[in-house]
Amino acid sequence: MSWDQIAQIINFTLRNATPVILAALGGLLTEHAGIMNIGMEGMMLSGCFFAVAFSYICASSGAGVIAAILVGIILGLFFALFVVKLKADEFIIGMTLNTFAGGLTAFLLRSVFGKTGSWASTDIIQLPKFDIPLLSSIPYLGKVFENISVFVAVSWILIVIVWIFLYKTPYGFWMRASGEHPEALETAGISPIKMKFIASVACGILCGIAGAHLSLGYVNNFAEGMSASRGFIAFACVVFGMSNPPKVYVAALMFGFLQAISLNLQEYIASDLTAAIPYLVTIIMLIYVTVSAANRKKRREKQSLKEQSGASEAPVSA
Amino acid sequence: MENKETIIEFKNISMQFPGVLANDNVSFDIKKGEVFALVGENGAGKSTLMNILYGINTPTSGEVIIGGKKVEKYSPSEAISRGIGMVHQHFMLVPSFTVAQNICLSHEPRKSKIFYDLKGAEAATEKLVQEYGLVVDPKAKVESISVGLQQRVEILKTLYRGADVLILDEPTAVLTPQETEELFNVIRRIVKEKDMTVIIITHKLYEVMAISDRVGVMRQGKLVGVNETKDVNEKILASMMVGREVLLDEIERFGEPGETKIEVEDLVVTDNRGIIACNGINLKVREGEILGIAAIEGNGQSELLEAITGMRKPVSGTIFLNNHDTTDMDPGQIRELGLSHIPEDRMTTGVSLQSDITTNLVIGKERTPHFSKWGIALKKSTIHRYAEDLFQRFDMRGAGVDTVVGSLSGGNMQKVVVARELSFDAPILIVAQPTRGVDVGAMEFIHKCIVDKRNDGGAVLLVSADLDEVFRLSDRIITIYEGKVTGEFKAGEISKMDISYYMTGDRSNEEGGTN
Repeated sequence: MSWDQIAQIINFTLRNATPVILAALGGLLTEHAGIMNIGMEGMMLSGCFFAVAFSYICASSGAGVIAAILVGIILGLFFALFVVKLKADEFIIGMTLNTFAGGLTAFLLRSVFGKTGSWASTDIIQLPKFDIPLLSSIPYLGKVFENISVFVAVSWILIVIVWIFLYKTPYGFWMRASGEHPEALETAGISPIKMKFIASVACGILCGIAGAHLSLGYVNNFAEGMSASRGFIAFACVVFGMSNPPKVYVAALMFGFLQAISLNLQEYIASDLTAAIPYLVTIIMLIYVTVSAANRKKRREKQSLKEQSGASEAPVSA
Repeated sequence: MENKETIIEFKNISMQFPGVLANDNVSFDIKKGEVFALVGENGAGKSTLMNILYGINTPTSGEVIIGGKKVEKYSPSEAISRGIGMVHQHFMLVPSFTVAQNICLSHEPRKSKIFYDLKGAEAATEKLVQEYGLVVDPKAKVESISVGLQQRVEILKTLYRGADVLILDEPTAVLTPQETEELFNVIRRIVKEKDMTVIIITHKLYEVMAISDRVGVMRQGKLVGVNETKDVNEKILASMMVGREVLLDEIERFGEPGETKIEVEDLVVTDNRGIIACNGINLKVREGEILGIAAIEGNGQSELLEAITGMRKPVSGTIFLNNHDTTDMDPGQIRELGLSHIPEDRMTTGVSLQSDITTNLVIGKERTPHFSKWGIALKKSTIHRYAEDLFQRFDMRGAGVDTVVGSLSGGNMQKVVVARELSFDAPILIVAQPTRGVDVGAMEFIHKCIVDKRNDGGAVLLVSADLDEVFRLSDRIITIYEGKVTGEFKAGEISKMDISYYMTGDRSNEEGGTN
């Protein structure tokens, strides 16, 4: 394998990981706030569509991104209203959101733009691409960072911001407390509901950006269901990375890498099979994480029981 | 004490929850610099009252006056700003945060306005530790420290927020005796040196005697009385806590006890938190006998019944029902051996609230040949007739057998449970809180059903928080305190006042006990 090939695989890995990490950053915020958000898929798909629609209407990719963000805010508020305020089942609301987004985008595509299935047009303005300065001028290594969508760099900045927010500001502590022990936060005089709302809206925004990247980043088209379960993959990455931004990014990169090599493997294996690899690995990842978490819990319970029976017997003998 | 100024005043506080009047016109005041103990059984309304003071609940009527000023808006942040701090029964600590992070939660020291000054939080904690002599490691994660230390963190948390009134909700429930002694030393010190006021909720009477200046007793939402601690003793307090004068007719009972049907040996069971709830319980119940368990709630009796009925796996010990070892059996297998169960909480384990009366009455028998063909096709009309019959016999007063159970009153709902369980004709009956929240008429009826079961040769194990009920129904009574049997009495052998003494402490080492 030549260096060019390797560089290309890395380049593709970064590309593929970007929408996943953007959505996953939102997902890890809601996860910290104690909400299981499986609605990311729908938020992302809506972002894809509205980004394309407004990029076309306003002839500006920036307008597309702003539209995707606004839709993300609305969906985030909708999700929080039902899950946090009205205490509906988060799984059902999440699925509803996904189904709704699938139907709405297909409906609008047909009724407003008169297209079925997919829509590509040169009037849809793509997001600017650029070569990262300094990095791309390094010989060999430069190839890796060639021709990269702005959102790849944006995602790196966001990872750092989210990490600082969660672990270095009081607000991040409040958000984590709202998920881990909401009563503790409430008795401290801060509304956990408010923190959960903020997390949900932030998740909507990030998923909107992820969608915009997907439909305007390297292509300029929209296809029904084009998010292709990346919202669920993002959720899996959140679980696998234990909601820690850098670790979640590693999980997202792994997904991106698998997707990138599956393209190369198509020479040897049927393409239907290679396309399934990232999803298969995700399932295996999830099983591993779930089983090991269950084991940890069991061990901890045993330990605490041992400590207690030790403690309760001690005063008798004393 | 007389000259001390009043710091908190409760004026005619009433708190109505759906279906329960948790506080009923409660009025008293708390003076600055005293240790005030609030005692009463679970459900007496102590925690509700303190949650009002801390702003978690807004009273239905009445007012709270703190430092001479009326509370207008009930919220924890308002209470905190008025100098009220509360250590809840279940700790309000975030397990993955460090001690310092928990103490500073919501009032974090900051750098450049938006960043959390983590070093500053640790320094602030260290300063508190020095000032109050409550030693904790600011950098330790809360999930890794002992319960006693966690409680210390809770106390430091209220001090950090500048509290001068400290509410402790059952602080010793989770502590070892040494930890309890340390806590009392801390309380004495902060009251004496810092002129703080402490309100302590408990139902352990010796603690009241040991720590408090004054004591208020609550029962069924009402304040029974407030006394100087030096004017009362444990026996007086016990009778104030549980005494209730309801005179009911004797129920006719006959027959002699036969062979043993329930036998529990050295049973150890843990509660949901993994803390030991039953600590080596032994008991036997024979045919034609009602064994009553008298215990204040939270002393392991619920876990004991759950273990016997198969809903909770014991840690060790054995359970024999109807001459079979049922220790490792599941509830279905145990029921088949001949056990019926009127559970403690009818809303969650007794009935299906969304289903109608008919369904709730037939459930458990629906696959017998009498009610269905091959256990699949239900015989609707037979089931309907059966339900109508039970509906009449148990004198349920709803719209009819098609009424959804969730819409029934407590008394009628309980009759549905009793009717179903007694219709199994099982030799063993486990009964928990059979008449909680039930009107006197239904109570009379349910009591008669239980005694009839005994007269027919059933072995009955009864748990009730209502001492009158235990005394009225039981042939034998055992008392349980902190997961251990502390006394055993024949009916008529002991008075209610004396037995409450055994329910509130282990008296086996004291002289003057009856046994």
